[in-house]
Amino acid sequence: MNIAVPTREQREAKLEGMGCKRKRVEDIRFTQGKGNYVDDVKLPGMLFGDFVRSQYAHARIKKIDASAALKVPGVLAVLTAEELKGVNLAWMPTLAGDVQMVLADGKVLFQSQEIAFVVAEDRYAAADGVEAVEVEYEDLPVLVDAFKALAPDAPLLREDIKDKMIGAHGPRKHHNHIFEWSMGDKDLTDAAFATAEVTTKDVISYHRTHPSPLETCQCVASFDKIKGELTVWGTFQAPHVIRTVASLLSKIPEHKIHIIAPDIGGGFGNKVGAYPGYICAIVASIVTGKPVKWVEDRIENLTATSFARDYHMTTEIAATKDGKVTALRVHVLADHGAFDACADPSKWPAGFFNICTGSYDFPVAHLVVDGIYTNKAPGGVAYRCSFRVTEAAYCIERAMDIMAQKLGMDAAEFRLKNFVRREQFPYHSALGWEYDSGDYHTAMNKAMEAIGYQQLRAEQAAKRAAFQRGETRDLRGIGISFFTEIVGAGPSRNCDILGVAMFDSCEIRVHPTGAAIARMGTKSQGQGHETTYAQIIATEIGIPADDIMVEEGNTDTAPYGLGTYGSRSTPVAGAAIAMASRKIKAKAQMIAAYMLEVHEDDLEWDIDGFRVKGLPEKYKGMKEIAWAAYNSPPPGLEPGLEAVSYYDPPNMTYPFGAYFCVMDIDVDTGVYKIRRFYALDDCGTRINPMIIEGQVHGGLTEAFAIAMGQEIRYDEIGNVVGGSFMDFFIPTAVETPKWETDYTVTPSPHHPIGAKGVGESPNVGGVPCFSNAVNDAFSFLGSRHIQMPHDHWRIWEVAKGLGLHG
Amino acid sequence: MAKTHVKMNVNGREVESLVEPRTLLIHHLRENLNLTGPHIGCDTTHCGACTVDMNGKSVKSCTVFAVQADGAMITTIEGMAAPDGTLHALQEGFRMMHGLQCGFCTPGMIVRAHRLLQEIPNPTEEEIRFGIAGNLCRCTGYQNIVKAIQYAAAKLSGAPMQEAAE
Repeated sequence: MNIAVPTREQREAKLEGMGCKRKRVEDIRFTQGKGNYVDDVKLPGMLFGDFVRSQYAHARIKKIDASAALKVPGVLAVLTAEELKGVNLAWMPTLAGDVQMVLADGKVLFQSQEIAFVVAEDRYAAADGVEAVEVEYEDLPVLVDAFKALAPDAPLLREDIKDKMIGAHGPRKHHNHIFEWSMGDKDLTDAAFATAEVTTKDVISYHRTHPSPLETCQCVASFDKIKGELTVWGTFQAPHVIRTVASLLSKIPEHKIHIIAPDIGGGFGNKVGAYPGYICAIVASIVTGKPVKWVEDRIENLTATSFARDYHMTTEIAATKDGKVTALRVHVLADHGAFDACADPSKWPAGFFNICTGSYDFPVAHLVVDGIYTNKAPGGVAYRCSFRVTEAAYCIERAMDIMAQKLGMDAAEFRLKNFVRREQFPYHSALGWEYDSGDYHTAMNKAMEAIGYQQLRAEQAAKRAAFQRGETRDLRGIGISFFTEIVGAGPSRNCDILGVAMFDSCEIRVHPTGAAIARMGTKSQGQGHETTYAQIIATEIGIPADDIMVEEGNTDTAPYGLGTYGSRSTPVAGAAIAMASRKIKAKAQMIAAYMLEVHEDDLEWDIDGFRVKGLPEKYKGMKEIAWAAYNSPPPGLEPGLEAVSYYDPPNMTYPFGAYFCVMDIDVDTGVYKIRRFYALDDCGTRINPMIIEGQVHGGLTEAFAIAMGQEIRYDEIGNVVGGSFMDFFIPTAVETPKWETDYTVTPSPHHPIGAKGVGESPNVGGVPCFSNAVNDAFSFLGSRHIQMPHDHWRIWEVAKGLGLHG
Repeated sequence: MAKTHVKMNVNGREVESLVEPRTLLIHHLRENLNLTGPHIGCDTTHCGACTVDMNGKSVKSCTVFAVQADGAMITTIEGMAAPDGTLHALQEGFRMMHGLQCGFCTPGMIVRAHRLLQEIPNPTEEEIRFGIAGNLCRCTGYQNIVKAIQYAAAKLSGAPMQEAAE
């Protein structure tokens, strides 16, 4: 009987390795309602905590009276700063080197600030208790306008540090000043501007918004008094960092803290930081001896935990008359709210904003960022972007359009003329980065051809003529953005969080039967790590992806890692997977050589096993090798088939892309229609094209929301305007445009599999693309820079301001 | 607080419980009946993560009191698969078309889509988009959710899938 020998293609297909559109493993439980999210965790005797929050943006607290609350049936305890002082936890350190009140200590600094934590038998009783706590306030002058923060007579917000004029990032020049951070060459840049033929200067603001994952921040803390052990289930994008922080703060030894991040309902940067809710739940569990759950509601999530953006970027470009850029100068006023709780690598107070030279070959540049305090919620997280990279991309992509307009050049042509050229990589930017690889001209040309760029401009010209003849009330805008990201933080020489280097890790154990488990230092929040990580291993060591389980989120079993944000999972942990796999493969080769009675060097890898060179019938598959590793290892070799890798990346990765948006705007209503949106992404090697495309769709939808209306806005006395889904713009399926996706592949030369990361590109590149489309629609009527967000009302106002309403 | 007796049919099973009059249906399902498939995303009836089917209509169970569901027929995501475990065409479609990422909106989205396909067995793309507008998703941008529902509609009606034009 003949047994059909599988072909190479069949063997490869069976692996479902890299490049395959493998269906997601996670979906099997999620589509059946069997995910396990934090609020699904239910422990015997579990209590529930809820916050009393400030109604004022800036006020002194005269009195907190919890006596009525303590009489509410089911309420067991009310924690205030006074109680927390007893365990030295009224304040906590932030990731940015500042300190933050856990519960209001003497005053409140933003609306919704945590004042007291009510602990009760269930969430209804906790809410009753919150209502019954009486707080007496004495209101203080409120500072919400970032541009007034450094005025001599601006109100003093942070009394706790009023005499501490050296902050975590150097001298502070005013009581509301946090840091000044500068990069680049000031003298050369100033000289270039002094002799420039053409210059532009604009204040380009990126408004305050919020990542707003569908699941809010939450945790269950359970302290075992007998064992002295703390277990916390939580919405943590970086579980190990939380464990280290929890240990440093609580003094509980780190090995007695168990952090578990179960399934997470989206993160987008919101779940990187440590929030007062976590601390209070832990303290409440220690105090009561029972597990305590804390679940934010949506309004709390939007108004208290971790906003994003709020950057005011004064941007200047110098160029020659024929359209060659010669210098970039940027000053940023960075509104950090009441505490500097940015989730950036410790040495980077403005994140990687110095990627703001973008995709262009600026000979010189200079950047200054001033961080300031205001009476707004703390945070400054990277909302689906690497640290401050979307702000940088918005800044440069708007400014390039403005300069093109001033020069009278086409915006695409102007970009093509100034791109870093392929032969310049690795490219050293004027603000200090080494771009690993890129081919911008190829990507841009492919995108322009795909969208029919010249034809679109011709249609736009015809529409504009018709508008001016009074035949239509629609304006067409064509938005372009060509972004370069910097992701995959990062190399230990310059990236750490609270002193811990930003490596990441993978541990792989191949079991005797040839199945395997991989444990990771990262944590998926929807990115599909369980699916894609297995694909990398499958290709590397020839075990079918279906036979590999990927586990994340339990600090007891996972190797130490820095978590998932800033598109770092594939660039850093993905590399750790490849390196751990290669260690396994090297040992497997020794075992195979012993089994086949040849020298290791006589073997070659062949999809799913080793073959003797020149003798193709002499072959051992990984399954057999795995069994031998436990059953009959070569003499002198340890049994088993396991490996761990802690990967310290040599450089960041630099994904890029070309996006185009075609938008029609009705000038009488401000209503817009997105006619087309085309996104070409280059994220290097593509692990799972289906997941990449899904990530791009999702990121573009977030970008659309941000550019077209999603905002956390404050009124003049610091009330949050629009802190619920009633007002905070989350597009439904009806408003969301249809997305066209495309790609080029320029692998990262320093990454073991050449992958660069993709999850955040569409947010980074999408926002300027939408905004440029709106700006482009009106530019021929003399408008220069229209601030985001571009909701219908604001677009209508622009049209009115340009005299289009008669 | 005095409790009220409620009886409802949940996923084909009669269940009787005592609840406070103010208990929301979502909390009753999640905490008393241990059906943690429906989720809470906004508390204000905007996001639809808590969507369940009640007496043949999609409802946001964060805005229904458990006592209002007394005597009702309720289907949650846990009741979508056949008793033998065979997945519903929508559950299959969401996986095949990559219609989910973090999975938090998925139970509500699938239960809503199930009702939509009862209302309109072969919906157009526009009808699907309008039909799921009460359910927010932060991850997918909806494009693949639309395809997932088209996949299920085709499978249930035996017609070829009407995929959205790219």
